[in-house]
Formats: sequence, C-alpha cells, structure tokens
Amino acid sequence: MAWLYVAIIVVSTVASDLLQSWEMKRQGEVTDFGLGGIGALLKLLLTKAPLIGSIVFLAVSFYAFLALLAVADLSFAVPATALSLVAETILARLVLKERVTPARWGGTVLVALGVALLAL
Amino acid sequence: MPISNGNLLWKTRLFAAIVVLTNVTGNFALSWGIKHGAAMDGSAWSFVRVVFDPWVFCGILLLAGWVLSRMALLSWADLSYVIPVTSIGFVLNAVMGAVFLGEIITPTRWLGTLCIVGGTVLVGLTAPKTEPQ
Repeated sequence: MAWLYVAIIVVSTVASDLLQSWEMKRQGEVTDFGLGGIGALLKLLLTKAPLIGSIVFLAVSFYAFLALLAVADLSFAVPATALSLVAETILARLVLKERVTPARWGGTVLVALGVALLAL
Repeated sequence: MPISNGNLLWKTRLFAAIVVLTNVTGNFALSWGIKHGAAMDGSAWSFVRVVFDPWVFCGILLLAGWVLSRMALLSWADLSYVIPVTSIGFVLNAVMGAVFLGEIITPTRWLGTLCIVGGTVLVGLTAPKTEPQ
C-alpha cells in the first residue's frame, strides 16, 4: 500500500510541476510585481485549465503524502519526494525540451541524495 | 547557448528565496497552528473553524504567496533549475525543526544537509533560463 501512495505522490507532483511550468512559459515572463500583477496571476490560476490541473495534482500529492504518513514512517515517506526530483528533471528534458547540463544533473542527484539522507 | 544576464540572475535568486521562505514558514505556521490550538476532530465544522486559527490563517496566506511566486518564477526559469534550487527548503525545515521543536540533527542529517546545499549551489551556478533543445 505504501508503494502505491509513493507512486501517486511522484506522478501527481511531476504532473503538477510540468503543467505549471509549461503554461507559465506559454504565458510569457511575468514583469508586473505590483497588486495588478498579483491579480493577473490569480486570474490565470482560476481560468487556465493547465494551472487548475496543476493545483488539483498538488492537492492529490498532498493528501497522498498524508495517507502515506498514516501507513509508513517519515523516514520512508520523505525519500519519495527525492524520487520526484529526479523524475521531474528527466521529464523537463524529455517533455519541456529543457537543456539539462551535466552541472544540473549532478546538482539534482546530489539534492535527491541529501533529501534521502535527511530522512534517515 | 544559455540566455543569461545579471538582472535575470538576481530576479531569479530573489524569487527563489521568496518561494523557499513562503513555503517553509507557511508549512511551519500550519503545523504550529494545528498542534497548538486549532484542534481538529474530523467533523466538517472543525475543518471550517481551523481556517480561522491565526497561525493556520497565516500559513494559508503564506502558501498562497508560495504558489503565486512559484508561478512567476516558472514564467522565465527552467523547471530543471527551479526544482533543485528551491530544495534548499528541506534544509531550512530541518533547521526550524532543530531550533523550534528541539529535534536532534544527527551526523547523517548533517551529511544530507551538505549534499543539498552542494547540489543547490551547483545548479544555482547554471543559467536559470536556457533555449529549448
């Protein structure tokens, strides 16, 4: 059961971030950081399907994490987050066509390893 | 070639810091509010009542700030840059746990912290925005 929750957490976290990154790149660089800009971001969040989807996946990931904590230790649950770091970088390269340099790969693996060690 | 200039770099670092701080303080405020006062008994009313606890309310506002600042950051920075760089929040969570909740940081956790800081710095030195492949 715990591994099912881990799978749900990883898939929903990755889906949420990919959708958010994809739609925000499509909208273009945010340059207005005043109240009007915040309002515009809120409007996007409530009207653009990919952003609504990203919030739904974020909520699924959050509740799956709570459910995982009910059946597994935190020391098992946190490295699940580390798995999603690596999965997201792979998909950023494959789906978003980002240029992932060796330094980024190295840094991401180091961060994932660190998150796993923190949970021990 | 990566697209980068000084302004973009500093804007990216500022927003990465806002993303991390709103997330860490938001989660801490939520957790503090739920553990110290805003009791939840599973009833529908307790879910409504808990939102009006000052700590929980602050936590929700901070997490709303987290969502919006992350959206802004992702409007120009690569996802493969944002994810590892904002992971420094794991370290801040551990530090807040040690300072406010009296949790002990073991040598293994210090090693984990070093790995995260090293990885964050390594990715942070790359250009935040690159041309698509």
